[in-house]
Amino acid sequence: MIRQTRHLAAFLLLLLIALLATASRIQVLDSERYEENEANRRQAVARYSQPRGDIHVGGEPVTGSRDTGERLAYERTYTNGPLYAPVTGYASQAYGTSLLENAEDDLLSGTDGRLSRFPLWTSLTREQQPPGDVHTTIDPAVQRAAAGALGSARGAVAAVEPSTGKILALVSSPSYDPERFSGSGSAAARAWQRLNAAENRPMLNRALRQTYPPGSTFKVVTAAAALDSGLVRDLDEPTDSPAPYTLPGTSTELTNEAAGCEDATLRHAFEVSCNTVFARLGVRAGLGTMVDTAEKSGFNDDGLRIPSRVAESVFDTDMNDSQLALSAIGQYNTAATPLQMAMVASAVANDGELRRPYLVDHLTDAGGDRIATTRPRTYERVMDSSTARSLAELMRGVVTDGTGTNAAVPGAEVGGKTGTAQHGVENEGIPYAWFISWAKAEGADDPAVAVAVVVEDAEADRADISGGGNAAPVARRVMEAALGR
Amino acid sequence: MTASTAGTADRDRRDAPPPALRFPKRRGAELAMLVAAVLIPVYGYVEVGLATSGTVPPGAAGYGAGLGALALLAHVAVRLRAAYADPLLLPIAVLLNGLGLVFIYRLDLATPDDEAAPTQLVWSALGVLLFTAVVVLLRDHRVLQRYAYLGVAVALVLMVVPIFFPAVNGAKIWIRFAGFSFQPGEFAKILLAVFFAAYLAANRHALAYTGRRLGKLQFPTGRVLGPIVAIWLVSVGVLVLERDLGTSLLFFGLFVVLLYVATGRLGWIAVGLLLAGVGAVVVGSLEPHVHSRVEAWLHPFASIEAGEGPGQLAQCLFAFASGGALGTGLGQGHSVLIGFAAKSDFILATAGEELGLAGLAAVFLLYTLLSARGLRAGLALRDSFGRLLAIGLASLVALQVFVIAGGVTGLIPLTGMAMPFLAQGGSSVVTNWIIVALLIRMSDSARRPRPQRAETGVIAAVPDSPGGGSRPDGGRPDTAPPDRDRAHGARPDGGRPDRGRPGNTPSGDGQPRDPRQEDERP
Repeated sequence: MIRQTRHLAAFLLLLLIALLATASRIQVLDSERYEENEANRRQAVARYSQPRGDIHVGGEPVTGSRDTGERLAYERTYTNGPLYAPVTGYASQAYGTSLLENAEDDLLSGTDGRLSRFPLWTSLTREQQPPGDVHTTIDPAVQRAAAGALGSARGAVAAVEPSTGKILALVSSPSYDPERFSGSGSAAARAWQRLNAAENRPMLNRALRQTYPPGSTFKVVTAAAALDSGLVRDLDEPTDSPAPYTLPGTSTELTNEAAGCEDATLRHAFEVSCNTVFARLGVRAGLGTMVDTAEKSGFNDDGLRIPSRVAESVFDTDMNDSQLALSAIGQYNTAATPLQMAMVASAVANDGELRRPYLVDHLTDAGGDRIATTRPRTYERVMDSSTARSLAELMRGVVTDGTGTNAAVPGAEVGGKTGTAQHGVENEGIPYAWFISWAKAEGADDPAVAVAVVVEDAEADRADISGGGNAAPVARRVMEAALGR
Repeated sequence: MTASTAGTADRDRRDAPPPALRFPKRRGAELAMLVAAVLIPVYGYVEVGLATSGTVPPGAAGYGAGLGALALLAHVAVRLRAAYADPLLLPIAVLLNGLGLVFIYRLDLATPDDEAAPTQLVWSALGVLLFTAVVVLLRDHRVLQRYAYLGVAVALVLMVVPIFFPAVNGAKIWIRFAGFSFQPGEFAKILLAVFFAAYLAANRHALAYTGRRLGKLQFPTGRVLGPIVAIWLVSVGVLVLERDLGTSLLFFGLFVVLLYVATGRLGWIAVGLLLAGVGAVVVGSLEPHVHSRVEAWLHPFASIEAGEGPGQLAQCLFAFASGGALGTGLGQGHSVLIGFAAKSDFILATAGEELGLAGLAAVFLLYTLLSARGLRAGLALRDSFGRLLAIGLASLVALQVFVIAGGVTGLIPLTGMAMPFLAQGGSSVVTNWIIVALLIRMSDSARRPRPQRAETGVIAAVPDSPGGGSRPDGGRPDTAPPDRDRAHGARPDGGRPDRGRPGNTPSGDGQPRDPRQEDERP
């Protein structure tokens, strides 16, 4: 019996080893695979076990957390949800995160390594860190002015500080209150479904994630290409342009809404927005030059983060001359986000140098100490200084003498460009009204703001919709707020 | 064989060339370990309170005092009635039971509607009382041999009765009566172990040396095969009628293990594995409840992929994985997500999550130690019945731990059974206390020096004295005359002469050896 008992003991020992091996595999070797499984609620429980870090606008938090007493303890609250939703995005227990809530999630949920003084020790003890806060570049006055000016109209506003790239306002209308679905209950589910099914798409961030045909506002880019390449040396020299202009290789005639476009000077063509002049300039500059200028301005960049992801604005790189002609006036395949067009205006205002736009000014840890600060960085020099000065002059002319007089701000230097973009099959959709502009206080060194406004469904007759009529007044109020008046 | 007095025995021991190993009582060591075994769970209890609410739980002192009192009661019983018992057994049982109470209390905090810890404490107290009763009243384990057949009859009744009660969560293993519910299968374990030990002690030679040789394996004849097949049928019957995969596996495993230990015939293992394999495949593919268990084992994440959320095994794996190497700390895990049976069948997940691989390995080692000390007691015993019973009970604990731990970690299909001492379940905790009491009793017999026993006369009530015969040659076991193994010319252990420990064969107490009971010496 002794030998058999020893065999038995050896067998039982094998069973023990099998158990220990299995436990080691699950708990140490493969543990991450299990912990990252979507069905494992532990991460969610840990995540919501403490109040989420806050997002600040102008030094005040615009978010908060509420203890629900449920297993997922803390729910996100928003002090002015609809106003700041295009900035913050949402943080929902059931539906995840978006925009800034998503981009800075590690910090806000307390898992960012920078929050721990002893990262190694923290990983061993699995202690969750108190979360940090995000301080945005948004100026609450500008944001409120933009939202107020847009009112109930469908559209978007993006405003940046040209000399730094700080984003001062991001408004999308209609908006939504992200607090409605920040929990995980049935009320959250109903709100989520309702918002997603809504015909006017309130959860679409039109300022960052929607691209529109930029229409005539794109003529700023075309003008920059023409001036930079030496195609036009004098703003007051006739451009030798026919009107109407027959698109190269086709029999299609391009016409103008404005008068006096035949052989117009660049200054006049810009002020009254002559399609024919800019279409022909685009073709003369050539595809390579146009693509180059557009891409330096931020087009065709799918990696732009502010740190929220920005939808890619498009300028087609493979076109024939007739397509290029249409693209040069912001039609055909050309599409831009409002932020993209604000970047174009800011490049002009900042002497031709485009600053990389950013939304996060700095991050602080739970104790209020800064753990990261965003420094202004150059995105690209879009055009020469002289070109930028010429373009600024042209844009000022639009506001003083052209289509954009509605944007004039007394006591400030304002330059702008209107746009009324056709869209839809056979252009039967209600046109988008665009206005891009910049403003500089008299005597100031740097421009205060560059703005892009899109109004999708201006409440007016189709014929009356225009960048100057519907979008320029919105831009004016944004600029006034940014100028501090 | 000459009669000798105790005095002679003492002198013989002094004179013997290899000095006789005399087991010290070690009750002081047991008491010291018991203090630790009480303090560790009390610390855990406090830790749970600090982690969940930031305060020491109000019942900490009472809980510690209660556990301490129970441990002290058991210790006094052992000190008075089984002074030579293995000092490790009782502290391990107290520690495991205490840890179990901590885990259940911890899960109670997460499920306020379902408080299980107070009930479990009452059952633990009952278990310790029964432990004390067994240690005090059962003076010699061999008494049990007489009631083996009565015991197996009772066991079969206990296992059959739940069939007439409604199924609880798919398994018909419960008897509900006047608000109480218990699992008779748990008690049946002990009775079956006693029966197996008695049956095999009486028949092992017939089983070992008759039969047909087929290649290297020797297979038993039909006559002796009968009872084996009967047991196999009972196991399958339990499985099919009660849908209790675990108990079925445990009974059959226990029987195969004891059969091998008793006969040394690998042929039995072959037959056993064959029968188990056939039974498992047939039942696994035909019986829907068991079939679903096998499916869940093979594809633990199937329900997640189907969009129905994680199943219990998946939740269990999540809990283990979340624990990592060192665990989340008591009170800081989320094993309650497992849901149903988190406090009973899946209690190990709480240990794994909150104490980590380190704590889980420690718990496994406690069971291993418990089982190993049982095997050791078995080896040291001189009667076949006691030896087989001790080995059987030790294997029972080890196999049960493997079946449950293997099940919840996905090593083998999941079966609903209670982790000894840790899991919520009155029948289980009481049964395991009785098992430990029997092991204490047997280890006391194994370690107790014979003469002292003769002097104190503790054994007087028992007709068959356990004393070994006196050895004129100074205790060399090979010369023991009535050795049936040698008479048959083929020893079950391969013909090697047994090398006994000298300490186990001191000079006799004058009783004639009874070959039926002492046919082999360690």
